[in-house]
Order: sequence, then C-alpha cells, then structure tokens
Amino acid sequence: MFPGTNCELDAAYALELAGANPELVWHRQAELDEFDGVVLPGGFAHGDYLRTGAIARFSPVMGPVSEMAAAGKPVLGICNGFQILCEAGLLPGAFIANSGLSFICRFVDVEVASTSSILTQGATAGQVLRLPLNSYQGNYVDPTLTGRVVLRYKDNPNGAQGGAAAVANEAGNVVGVMPHPERASEATLGSEDGMILLRSFLGDGRPETRQTETARPSLRAVSGSTRSDG
Amino acid sequence: MSDDDDEENADEEDGDANAIHRLLGLTDEEYGRILTTLGRDPRPAELAMYSVMWSEHCSYKSSRVHLGRFPTTAPWVVVGPGENAGVVDIGDGWLAALRIESHNHPSFVEPYQGAATGVGGILRDIFTMGARPIALWDSLRFGPLDQPRNRYLFKGVVAGIAGYGNAVGVPTVGGEVGFAEHYSANPLVNVMCLGLLRPEQLVLATAGPEGTIAVLLGAATGRDGIGGASVLASASFADQSANKRPSVQVGDPFEEKKLIEACLELYDRRLVVGVQDLGAAGLSCAVSEPAARAGMGMELDLDMVHVREPGMTGPELLMSESQERMMAFVAPERLDEVLEVADRREIQASVVGKVISGGQVRVLHGGELVAEVPASSLTDDAPRYERPLGEPGWMEDLWGNTVKFMAQPAIATSLLQLLAEPELGSKSWVYEQYDHMLFLNTVVGPGHDAALLRVKGTNRGLALSTDGNGRMCYLDPRRGAARLVFEAALNVAVVGAEPLAVVDNLNFGNPEKPEVMWQFRETVEGLAEACEALEIPVIGGNVSFYNETDGLDIYPTPVVGMLGLVENVPTPAPRLDRVEAGMDLWLFGPEWSINLAGSAFEKITFAHVGGRPSPPDPTMAKAAIASARQLAAAGLPAIHDISTGGTAVAVAEMCIASGVGATVAYSDWRHLFCEDPHRFLVAATPEQGQTVESIASDIGIPAARIGVFGGAEIAFDRRGVKAALDLEVATTTWQNAIESRLG
Repeated sequence: MFPGTNCELDAAYALELAGANPELVWHRQAELDEFDGVVLPGGFAHGDYLRTGAIARFSPVMGPVSEMAAAGKPVLGICNGFQILCEAGLLPGAFIANSGLSFICRFVDVEVASTSSILTQGATAGQVLRLPLNSYQGNYVDPTLTGRVVLRYKDNPNGAQGGAAAVANEAGNVVGVMPHPERASEATLGSEDGMILLRSFLGDGRPETRQTETARPSLRAVSGSTRSDG
Repeated sequence: MSDDDDEENADEEDGDANAIHRLLGLTDEEYGRILTTLGRDPRPAELAMYSVMWSEHCSYKSSRVHLGRFPTTAPWVVVGPGENAGVVDIGDGWLAALRIESHNHPSFVEPYQGAATGVGGILRDIFTMGARPIALWDSLRFGPLDQPRNRYLFKGVVAGIAGYGNAVGVPTVGGEVGFAEHYSANPLVNVMCLGLLRPEQLVLATAGPEGTIAVLLGAATGRDGIGGASVLASASFADQSANKRPSVQVGDPFEEKKLIEACLELYDRRLVVGVQDLGAAGLSCAVSEPAARAGMGMELDLDMVHVREPGMTGPELLMSESQERMMAFVAPERLDEVLEVADRREIQASVVGKVISGGQVRVLHGGELVAEVPASSLTDDAPRYERPLGEPGWMEDLWGNTVKFMAQPAIATSLLQLLAEPELGSKSWVYEQYDHMLFLNTVVGPGHDAALLRVKGTNRGLALSTDGNGRMCYLDPRRGAARLVFEAALNVAVVGAEPLAVVDNLNFGNPEKPEVMWQFRETVEGLAEACEALEIPVIGGNVSFYNETDGLDIYPTPVVGMLGLVENVPTPAPRLDRVEAGMDLWLFGPEWSINLAGSAFEKITFAHVGGRPSPPDPTMAKAAIASARQLAAAGLPAIHDISTGGTAVAVAEMCIASGVGATVAYSDWRHLFCEDPHRFLVAATPEQGQTVESIASDIGIPAARIGVFGGAEIAFDRRGVKAALDLEVATTTWQNAIESRLG
C-alpha cells in the first residue's frame, strides 16, 4: 500500500477468502522476490494529488512490480491501482473524470469480453458479473488502442472508451480493473461475482500450481502483494 | 434583545465595543470572571484561550444545565457523555464508539470545506478513543432547491462530504436530507461516525502523570480557522494590516488517512498514555482538557509547534483550528518509538510540552511565558447560564391553525406530488457520490430506514439510523423530539436490531431568545422521556445554537442517531427491494388517527404548517419495536417504517425499490397520508401470514393485511373505487426528484 491507499484490508480479506495468503507491503519496500503476484488495491494513493497514480508510480515498490510484470507474474491493479499501473506504463491508456462529472458508487454489470487474461481466465466469455464501481476518475482513454478490454460495462456509466471496465496487457498477466471485485466477495454484500475474478487471478483453472502454504503473520501494509499459490 | 442586555451588561458599562475581549466574543461579565480567576489583567494569549474555551461551542454554557436531564447509564455503556465519543459494549469482545457533531456555520460560509472538515473532525473524535472509524452518516438540511444559493450550498456540502469521506477511506453508509425555507440562510450539516475497537484498545483523553511528554502529530499549524469556535477572528491581536484569514478550516483527507493509521498503530502497541484531537479551540483545548482530566498541569512551548507559515503570534497558535492534528501523551521511555511510527507513516511529529504538577497550563513563546492559567478554569469552571425561557405566545395559535378539508383530494395526484419533492424523492443523487461499501461490512446501505453493518468474525451486526423532523418539532418540540427517538428505534428494529444507545445533535436558534430556550428545554424533555421509556442511554451529543440569520431562527431541529445491535444478522437481511408479486402487505401499529398536523402532505399539497402532532405512545412504541425485530428475525423479506409522507409514500417506496405494483385498501384517505408514529409495513408471502399474525398477537400489537403486491400500478382501493398511479411514472418521478431541480 501507498500512503492514502484505503482498500488494502478489503483486498486482503477477499484474496484470503479466495484461498491466497496475502501480505500487506509498504510502498517503500523495494524488493518483492518472495511473492508470486501482486495486487495494487484501490484508494487515493498520495491523496490523488497532482494526478491519480502520478506520484505513486515513483514509489520504490514500483520497481519490483515492473519486474514482476515483465517476468510474466500476475499483477492486478484495482481502481486506483489500475490508474497507477497506467501511470507506470505497465498498461496503456489513462483516466479522466467520469463523463457525468460526479463520483459514482454503485453496483454495475460488466460482461466478460475476453478470457485470455489472468483476471478472466476462470470466467466464461459473455458472462455478466455484478460488481461495485467506486470512482471519480474512472473514464478510461486509450489513444494507442493497444489495451485489450477483458471486462466491458453493459451500460457504460462513466464514458470509458470501448466501455472498458478491465484492461490487460498483451501477455495477459497484467490487468487493471476499475470496479472492485473484492467488494463482491460474499452474497451478504450483494454479490459474490468478484470471487470468480479473484480465484481466476490466483490461478484457479490451473490447479497444478496450487499449493498450501503456512500462513505468515501479516506485516505492515502497502501494495497488497499475494503469496498465493506455491 | 433586552434579556441579553440585562444578563451581560453588553453596552452599559463602557462604550468601547472594540474592547479586545468583546471582539473575541467574551461578554463583560465573562471578562470579569477572568479577572477574578487570575487576580490580574489577562495576557493576550490567555484571553485568546478563554475566548475559545468559553465559547458556546466548547463550553455548552447555555445548554449544560439542561443536558443533565438525559439518562446516560446502562450496563453496556463503557464511556458516557463528556469524552470525545460514547462507547458501548456490543459483545463478542467488541466495543462500538459513536459520536455526532454539527458543522452548520462553516458549511454556510464555505460549503465544500465546511462539510469536509466536519467529516474530518468527527473521524478524529472516534479514533481519539482508540477505535477504527468504520462508517459515517450525515443529516443535512437546506432551503428549497428552487433558489440558486441553496443549490450551491447543497451541491457544495455533498461534494465536500464525498471529497473528504471517500479519500480518507471511511464509507458514508446512510443519513437523511431535508429541505425547508427556514434553512435557506442556515443549512444544517450534522455528521455521525461509528468506530469499532477491542476493550483493551480504549484510549481516554487524559494527560497522564508528571513528566509525560506531549507530542503534536499531523498537519502543520497555520492561520486557518482562527477563532472558529468563538466566531470572531482576532484582528486586534495581529498587526492591523495582517491578512484576515477566513475562520473556516481547510481539510486534507490524505493527511487524516495517514494520521488514522499512525494513531491506530500507536494504540495497538500501547505507546501512548492518552490522546486528544485538535478540533475546536485547537491547542488551547488539547492541552487544557487532558490536563484538567488528569488533575495535572501542562507546559506548552509554542516554539516547538511545526507551523505552516512563519510569524504566527501566540494567540494565533493557540486558537488555530488547522485540521488533521492530534496531541499524544507519551511516557518518556516510549518517545523514540512514537517518533519512529510517525516517520514511517509519513506524518510530522513535534515534542511540544510536558505534564507538570500543580494544575497550571503554562505556555511559552519566544522563550517568554505568555500564559499561565489554571487548567480547570478553562474547562470545568467555564460559565454556565440558566437562560430565561418562555413558551412562545404563538404556540396556541399554531395548534389551532388546522386545515379543514372540504373534499377528498385526488390520491394518486397527491402521491405523485409528494414523490416529486426532494424531501421525499430518491436520495441516490447524494449517496451514489459517497463510497458506501468500503470495509466490506455494508449489508444494508443507504436508501433504507437504517444501515446495517456486519461485524466481521462474528454473527453480529450494527444498525444505525439518523432521524430529524424540524416541522414536527416546531409544532410541538416535546412530542416531536420524543417521536424522533421512537422512530429512530423503529428504524433500527426493522432490520432486526435492538436499540442500544442514542447520540443527539440539537440544532437551535438563538439561545438568548426565551422562546428558543423553551424549544430547547422541551426538546430535551421529549428526548429524555422517550429514552427513559425505551431504557436507552444517551451516550453523547452536540448542541448547535445561534442557527439564525436576520432574526429568523431555524426550526428546532434535534437529530437523533440511534445505534442498534443485531445478534444474528439475518441472511438475507430484510430490504425494501425484496418484495415480489403475490406477497401480502401488512400494516402494524395503533388504530388510525386522522391527524395530518406537520405532515408532508399538508406542507406540500396545501403549503400549510400548523396544528398539533399526535403524542407518541411509549407502550405502542415498544410493541412496534419488538414486533419489527421478531419479524426481521423470522425472515420476512421487507419491513418498512412509515414516516414522512405516510403510508402512501411508504408503500410507493417498497413498490419502486422492488419494481412491483400494489393494491391497498383504505377507509379514510387521511390514513394514507397521516404520519402518526409507531407504524410500519411488512411484505410477506401468503405462507408467512401465519407467522406474521402470531408475532402480532404474541406481542399484542394491531396488525392487518391491507393489500397485495403485484401489477404495474400503485393503487388505493376504497370499497371498489380505485385511485391508481402508474408504477413507471412514480419511479421516474421519484428518481428525478433531486436531480431535476439541480439543472
């Protein structure tokens, strides 16, 4: 997590429900070798000052995050984490204010547009998922047209280009998602569709990679990294 | 006017209206008290401290004599009124901290920052206690939205709450918004916050033993918000040419987020003896209150305070209300660890003072002693007034001023008219701008009678509701206030909760007017009587006086925040949107009256506010609460309190939320719009009818099947004559009630 990140506990909670062994890592940490994947949770890193994600991309932790991305390890940015991945150049595109110019917090329906990404490999093409959206700068713009849309809004609430709710890099191991899968992790919260995505991220569907690991005491928090499957 | 002259000798003694103490908001009599206490003329810094600490806002000098009326104890109360927040035991090893506060005046001057810093302030009250803030509620009042200035205030306040709450990372899960002409020149912004903590994490705002070190954490101190508590800025202290900064503070949610996490780590590791947040009265309060509580004194060196700008004077430093600051009291051997936490969490920390024996607050600046006063003289010995009060002459006229209805109005048209009003229409324009889902606790969110939050790791849930009804309280402050408590209790009961504790925010006009003090006293009586009847303690509150502009006082507007506990959160919980075609509509509650006094129907359809609202009935209130809880526990899909707009609006809200019509039988049209208390609606499958009936008869509350859900209309049927409103039209109208007026 970065200073100002605020969805780290939720992300860790839902990842744990999905079978991972997440650990919170502070943004000053410059080494992530022991981890199998990383999640940049939502929030307001560095207060969103200057521009969302613009300061966070310079944090020491982003060095190893880039290395993990290049090495093909799973990298997921949720909401503000998605914005940071774009600022860091790990995903194409950028974000501008919602087309309605107001913050949007509500459930939205998204359709699985592609299953070739770490986030959507466990879903079915065309499947509709109900996820909470919670952002002001959620309007995705990609002049390069190189981002692969893997989740698409059914009823584009923020004006995102191509209705993009989640975008993956070419290899599919780096994904940014604007709605919050961790908030749709239990029926009592209104939806558990997010678990399809989080399990997918942890390698569900590739059971040969799964191993049980002893739980480690949680450290201090920052970018929620996951020690998931062995 | 004459009363305050008598009491405070405002203009008689000498003609110098520019005397410094008067510019700071102190009366001549209060100045005399200071002279007596000190036995000498006060120094400027001392005068500054007294002016903010003895302000109405900090000292409750007009209200304190009445507030002792509230019941405040119960076996589950851990901390009652007087600390930064009330704390109750909710079982399974958890405590809940709750507090409500107003930011009315700042929000009128600068709506975005006024509301934003209101949120920041209430959060600090909660994490000062050792609790993690987990949810916010807002109770807002504005003038009608057809006036541009009111639209500006409304949009600004909502944006301020969203801007601060979302960024600091605490969800806003509920609240209420009302509109009336009386709030045009005086909007109300009341904010409530809930926190969770373990018993061993509880921290009190005490300074600790001699030698304890005072560490100022968080934002740098600047010239913002100087004298915010005492209303007046301090022009005469500074060079006349000095910049007059606004008295409204400026918030930085990013700084607050870092401060929350740092403080929670300090508590977890037991690194502090006590903490006090810096809110109203800034440093003056943060050193004197904890010292007075500990029976100790405090030495404060202003040169050590980290500042945002050079050249601030002693009084400015003492009065500044710069946001996002906390004072931690630390044993000397733990200081290094505290400073390490601050450094890692990227917040500033300064050692600014230490606890001394003797009970004096000593303030140094530039190496000189600029203030030395007894700590208790600033807090416990602040003035208290028994302001004169008298029933307004117009109450009798008001009660006699009732509407004589000649004929039955068109029910469907009237209902549509009500649904189109911002007061009754959908508030989604407001709450969709707030993050209301963070922390994964929100089982029932905004748009319902109460929010229901689960407590992770247990089966428990906390239900919270805020309720206010200025119109009813204007027509009868005592009945109106008592009804609020019963309504708030019923609101938490419909999601299955047992009412546990109350916090109140009392928004009133000018206390120097006897009729306003009468309204205040009556309101306190009404709240106290209802709380006693339900055996619910008041664990905290806030009083906001002087809500008047150009001599027009606001409606007396108490706001009640009710905390309820559900031992087993029903899955799924009852929600308005779980109604299905074929379900029956049941009405629980006492026999109908035809009293429409204070109702939205009279106000909106006839532009009339008059008559006298029906008195509440404590026995019926208890029966309604008990039966609603049992129905929720029995798995009934939707239970809904009947409130503003009456039964017609309550039925429409269920229909709109669920996308299903209804046909409701009635005998007298007034029953459909009457807002008499202790009534609620239940949706039940035909198979659940038996359960519904047996719960009603066991508890002894009247219950009747008054309709059935289904179809595409909201229809009201009297002996075969139907008045129907198209569901789609109702839905669109209701959804656009606010947005369509914002242009």
